[in-house]
This record gives sequence, structure tokens and C-alpha cells, in this order.
Amino acid sequence: MGNLTNLLKQKLNYKLNILNSLIKFQDITKIYPSNVSKSKPTIALDKVSFDIFPKEFVSLVGKSGAGKTTLLKLLLMQEKPTSGDILFEGKNLSEIRSEELSWLRRKIGVVFQDYKLLAAKTAYENIAYTMEVIGARDEEIKRDVPKVLDIVGLSERAGNLPAELSGGERQRVAIARALVHRPDIILADEPTGNLDPYHTMEIIELLLKIQLMGTTVVLATHNKDVINRLNKRVITLEKGRVIRDEKEGRFIL
Amino acid sequence: MFTVLIRIFRSGWRSFYRDREIALATIFVLFLSVILSGSFFLFKDISQILVADLQEKIDVSVYFKEETPEEDILGVGKELSELPEIKNIEYVSKKQALLNFIQRHERDTALLDSIDELGKNPFLASLNVRTWNPDQYAKVSKFLEGPGFDSFVEKIDYYQRKPAIDTMRSLNSGVTKISISIAVLLVTIAIAVSLNTIGLSIYNSRKEIEIQKLVGASSWFIRGPFLVQGMICGILAALISILTISLICWFLSPRIENFFLSISLFTLFIENFWMLVLIQFTTGISLGAVSSLVAIKKYLKD
Repeated sequence: MGNLTNLLKQKLNYKLNILNSLIKFQDITKIYPSNVSKSKPTIALDKVSFDIFPKEFVSLVGKSGAGKTTLLKLLLMQEKPTSGDILFEGKNLSEIRSEELSWLRRKIGVVFQDYKLLAAKTAYENIAYTMEVIGARDEEIKRDVPKVLDIVGLSERAGNLPAELSGGERQRVAIARALVHRPDIILADEPTGNLDPYHTMEIIELLLKIQLMGTTVVLATHNKDVINRLNKRVITLEKGRVIRDEKEGRFIL
Repeated sequence: MFTVLIRIFRSGWRSFYRDREIALATIFVLFLSVILSGSFFLFKDISQILVADLQEKIDVSVYFKEETPEEDILGVGKELSELPEIKNIEYVSKKQALLNFIQRHERDTALLDSIDELGKNPFLASLNVRTWNPDQYAKVSKFLEGPGFDSFVEKIDYYQRKPAIDTMRSLNSGVTKISISIAVLLVTIAIAVSLNTIGLSIYNSRKEIEIQKLVGASSWFIRGPFLVQGMICGILAALISILTISLICWFLSPRIENFFLSISLFTLFIENFWMLVLIQFTTGISLGAVSSLVAIKKYLKD
């Protein structure tokens, strides 16, 4: 009898997990057709399936070309999968019309290797812009932007343009921007790719802090030291396939 | 909604202010188009006044035979005045014709003497006919050559004046045709150039547009500031253009008045001022806005 209830509990948990999964990749295949005729099309992702749960810290690991960036692009709907479904909070992305695209992107904060800050706006304005976009009130902007600037430790650089900031500082602005509208998830695509080891750890620590505050973080990287220090879930991609998915993974390729 | 509008305007104004050099180029190009439209508007009036002026000077005279009684002549005049083409008719009697001639040649004593010697009034009574339009003279002269009139009419000087009337006529339609086609051509070029300039300045912002899309900005939230920027440039271009035109009119006016009798450039400018302002602002703003919309279109596609 006890066994049965346990089994039921397990099943129920399983179901809840499905319901709870923040992002669900189901048999995702992405093939880029070749622009030059006769040369082979590129298979970027080959039947990839995995779930990301709320408040997780997930690292995507793999050599360049393994499909990390493609995965993130699919999630942001910058690209469409050739086959398979992506569910975001239970909603199938293939059913999202282009008018709803901004809805999706507001739920996701993104950090890029090349920062992608608005060059004509100061650090403060870059962050405020994201809030303006989602229609936040002026008081909210005035309240929240200094807060995130404080979190990333850039309160004193608020009035500087991106060109006047160092690489690490720019990336911190980018993280603050990704953070300020309280997205459900933050995607970081090689956020430390342009930074020295010192600033790299600084950024990673910042991402950990964000996860502790309750936001899901997905980190795509090929930085071995970073992964080995994290001791968090690692999904390893190779040639478009998931070859390993470990709870406390290490960098093995 | 209201905050969004304010943000769009603020952000448009800010990027206009920050990219002053690019904005300056845009304003200059828009200014050329705007001043073009303004000058065509004024030029159309000037040429119309000029043509009308010349038209005033053209008429056709019908001379009546020596012995035609005055009532008959006035009768013909009355019949003529019922034609829709006729603008006005002026009766010049034999006596009046002589007086006119004497007045015109006051100093030429030899000529006046010879008329004295003639012993009688050599002039014929006539009707001076003006039509609304130079190409209507042919019809009027046909009418007078018709049956019923040939017993009174000595001659119609239409044929002597035909070349002048024809020139007038072709000038009239020619001026309109040429100015319309030049206007169309120049305005097309102007639109192409402003599209290109604004397109270039938006091309500079293509990265920003992509980032804005990634952050989740809606299309109108991205488009809005560019639209505002284009319209600000249009407004400034219109202002500069109005200023330029008024300065030109003010400077040129006294010089031109000596050549043409009935035109004062400055009066014309003052009379049409509000229309001009309207045209300038409409052209400037719509050109700026439309160019921005067209130029940004391809960057907003997904």
C-alpha cells in the first residue's frame, strides 16, 4: 500500500515537473540550408530534448559550432526550428505570432558576448529603456534602475556612455539591463568571451547572485574554469546532440 | 498610452539632438525639397499674373464700314456680348478714334497736318473685343465673318494679330506644362534624395534597432522615435525655407517691380503667406515622416 502511494506520488511529481518546467525542448532539429548550391546543409541541432526548471542554473557547454547559440536563438525566436516544439511556460513558441514576439522577449533577459548596448544611451538609459519598453511607470523606473545598478556595482558609472566603460563594466550594464524588468529567465551567451579571467569571475558571481535571488539562469560558455567552479547542472552539446546532462557537471569534452 | 507617446517623443528628440551632424544633413536635403515646393507655389502665381498681364494687352478690333449707323454697330456689340467667350467690348466711334490718334501723335505735326489736309475723318468706328482666353479670338472672328454681319464689317484685325495671339496662347499652356513637369521631376528627385539620406542615418542605427527588438520593444516603439526625428527635421527645414523665401522676396521685390508692372513680389508673398506656410510645413513634415517610415521598414522585418 505504502509502495503504491509512493508510486503515485512519484507520478504526480513527474506530472508537476512537466507542468512546472519553464522551458521544454522537444526533439528540436535545426538545419541551416546552404547558401551555396550543392554544398551540404548544416545540421546545427539534431533531435535535442531537455527541460529547464524554474530557479535552475544551467550551463550549456560545447565547442563552437556545437549548437549553443542556435539553442538560445530558437528560444528568443530569432530563428525557427526545422522540426520539434519549444514550450515556454507551457506555451508553444510555434503558436506565437510576430505581434506577440515582444511579449516573449520581455520574459527573457539576454546577455551577449558583445554586450549589445545602445551606443547613444548612457548606462542608466540603457537599463531604463528596457523598462520603458514594457511600459513601466516613470516612478518605477526611477526606483528600480538605481537598484540594479547597485546590484551590478555600477552606481557611479550611471551617466557614462558604453564607449566610456571597460569591457567588464559594459557586461555588467548588460546584465543589469537583462535583470531590471524581472524576467523569468536570463540567457547569457558567452558573456565572458571578451573578458579577462578576473572580470570573468566577477560576471559569473553576479549571475550566481541573480540565480540566488530567484531567476533562472542559462549560461552558454566554453570556458572550462568557469564550469568546473560552478558545480551546477551542465548540459554538454556536441555536433548538435546532447551527449551529457549532469546535475553537478564538469567540463568534459 | 500617454506615457508611451511622451517617451517616443522624448527619445526622438534626444536622438535628434545627439546625432546633430546627421540631422543637419537631413534638414538640408529636406530644406531643398521644401523650398522647391514653396517656390513652385509662388512661381505658379507669378507666371499666372504675368500671362494674365499680357493677355490684358491683347484684343481684336472690328472696323465698321464708313456709312454704318451707330445703332447698328451697337446692335452688333450687343449680339457679340451675348457670346459666352466675350470678356468685354468697347465701342470706339469715328470721332473717338480720331481723338485717340491725335492724342497719340501730339508731337508729330506733319502727321496731324496731313490729316487736316484730308478734310475729313479717315478713321472707322470700331468695337474692341476682349475674350477670356486667347484661343477664343478665332471663334469670335469667325462669328463676325458670318452672314448678316458682312454688310457692316469692313475688316477684322484678327489676322494681323494672329501671330501675337498664337504666341500668347502657346506661352499660356507652355508655361503651365513646363512648370508642372519640372516640378514633378524635381520633387521626385527630392523625395529620392531625402529617402536616401534618412535611409543612411537609419542604417547607422541598424544595430540599435536590432537590440531594441531583442529587448522586446514593439515595432511602433522602435519606429516612433525615428518618425519624430524625421518630423523635427521636416519642421526645421520648413522654417528655414520660409525664412529664405521671405528674405529673397524682400530683397528681390524692389528690383523686379521695375520690370513688371503689376507684380509686387513681396505683396504676393504676404498675400499667400499662410498658404505658403501650410504648404511648406506639410511638405516638410510628410516628407520627413514618410522617408523615415519607408527607410525603417526593412529593419523591422523579422
